[in-house]
Amino acid sequence: MSIFEIFGFALRGVAANKLRSGLTVLGILIGVAAVILLVAVGNGSAKQVEDSLAALGTNTLTVQGGRGGDTGYRTDLTLDIVKALQDRESAPDVKSVSPVVSTSQTLTFGDASYDVNAVIGTYPSYFSASNSVVAAGSAFTEEDVDQAARVVVLGPTTAAELFGTVDPVGQRVGIGGQIFSVIGVLAKKGSTGFNDPDDVAIAPLPAVQRALTGYGPVSSITIEAVSADAVAAAKAEITAILNTKMHVADGTSSTPYQIRDASQLLETRTATAETFTVLLGAVAGISLVVGGIGITNIMMVSVTERTREIGIRKALGAPRRVVLTQFLIEATLLSLAGGGSGVAAALIGANFEIVGIKPVIMPDSVVLALGVCVAIGLFFGSYPASRAAGLRPIDALRYE
Amino acid sequence: MDTHGRQDRPVLDVQDLVKTYGEGETAVHALAGVSLTVEAGDYVAIMGSSGSGKSTLMNILGCLDVPTSGTYRLDGVDVSELNESQLALVRNRRIGFVFQSFNLIARTSALANVELPLAYAGIGRVERRERALAALDMVGLANRADHDPNQLSGGQQQRVAVARALVSRPALLLADEPTGNLDSRSTRDVLGILDGLNAQGRTIVLITHEDEVAGHAHRTVRLVDGLIVADERRRAIDRQAVAA
Repeated sequence: MSIFEIFGFALRGVAANKLRSGLTVLGILIGVAAVILLVAVGNGSAKQVEDSLAALGTNTLTVQGGRGGDTGYRTDLTLDIVKALQDRESAPDVKSVSPVVSTSQTLTFGDASYDVNAVIGTYPSYFSASNSVVAAGSAFTEEDVDQAARVVVLGPTTAAELFGTVDPVGQRVGIGGQIFSVIGVLAKKGSTGFNDPDDVAIAPLPAVQRALTGYGPVSSITIEAVSADAVAAAKAEITAILNTKMHVADGTSSTPYQIRDASQLLETRTATAETFTVLLGAVAGISLVVGGIGITNIMMVSVTERTREIGIRKALGAPRRVVLTQFLIEATLLSLAGGGSGVAAALIGANFEIVGIKPVIMPDSVVLALGVCVAIGLFFGSYPASRAAGLRPIDALRYE
Repeated sequence: MDTHGRQDRPVLDVQDLVKTYGEGETAVHALAGVSLTVEAGDYVAIMGSSGSGKSTLMNILGCLDVPTSGTYRLDGVDVSELNESQLALVRNRRIGFVFQSFNLIARTSALANVELPLAYAGIGRVERRERALAALDMVGLANRADHDPNQLSGGQQQRVAVARALVSRPALLLADEPTGNLDSRSTRDVLGILDGLNAQGRTIVLITHEDEVAGHAHRTVRLVDGLIVADERRRAIDRQAVAA
């Protein structure tokens, strides 16, 4: 008999037991979709961390002040230190130095008010050092800094929260009771998952100091190296200058400042994300095993249950080959239907954010999940059938 | 399969058939040396109490089981020498088997059940359908062709099973207690069909433990403890019908 006839038998076999076939397909679907989605979520979070860190800029260094220790000297980060760092001769690898003061304030516009995450007072070089791109309007200039002009550039989150649909550029906002003019809005950077870098207001340093924080030391200094390769050299130069300025003795293990390196941060975060992916991969592996056992179970049971049917077919003169082919095709149909809809479910699921993470499907995981589940379905769908087809018809008929 | 030109040769010829279950001391001899010849067109009832070996004999005759020793010739062919795929052919073409428990394939229409042996024989869709419908018509169930087994009564299911057994025009129709699970009216229906088939020249061997059922046959063979103890003929084989 032709393969098409056997195919027809297999189709009828699948259709005759809709509940059993449906459950088998569902089992495989869940197994495949769970593995693909779990790996995609892990992969997505790793990608997200990488992207957001790359957006912060990899050739920047951040100097933060700390406890003074017992040197007896002032260890605050002052504008004097900023000037020293800007010295081309002692720090040739430094491209720009931007002092940063940061304060939390309430912004008001008309009746609306919004607590912004950070109001940052700095120099124009900060925009390039922090990879902040002005999407609308413009950034402030050196001239604005010299004049302590009350102008502000808003992050996209802040702008949206405060202005809604109104165009913020040219509007006046209240920051901590002082009036500033909005001259620009930044482009979206995207969340790192922990805090929102888009929730900021950036203004000239002297304006923020005069209006809000007073003329104390700055919170941190953001330094941009001339290139990503020059970060290490720049760090050494900065260390030397800071040690001199703060009178830190050579060889002291604790310094009153910290230099944070974005690439270091990147490495740590990437390592964390990788651990996360490995962890999720392990979870996915376990769910693959569990799903596989589920598929094994339902296939074994549903085929073993049909041992009697196989006996009847053999008693009617079905050759072993035909019985085997029929069950192999049935197992293939169920496995492929389950695997295919599992992949489809995973692809649809990947369009949604899962716990704040946009899943990114890894092609390897699709191949692995589909391959393993279909292979298990095929093997455990055809192995019991082959065993039953090898029995004498009378033994298969008597099987309970 | 027609029976022309084969009257000289028995349809079924078993010599010294032995079937033993288990080994050594605990061995059970279900058949202890059975020899039996059935001519074409005969209608034989095999009787015996439970444990007499009649079902074992039937299963061997139907090529569903193999004997421990002895020869079995079906239509002159020594079945014990056949391999698995040749046996499948024999089951398909030469034997029609009716089971006590009907053994229809569930959730599959009566028509599809009857078509099954023809499908395995590689017969085309159109002819298959025609012959299956003709067989269902013969058992009076043409109007139930698209019913599933669970929508049919026991008697109707057994009639479908009879249709399935005879659709491939086998030389031999074997029935293992075909009326064992049926009420008296369905029993009459099914036996009536078997009588009619024999009248048309079909060779029938059936198992029963009811004298009333055995009364329909032309010849009664009694088994006790795996041996034939009586073999009596009541009516001659209708040569006319066989030749027809």
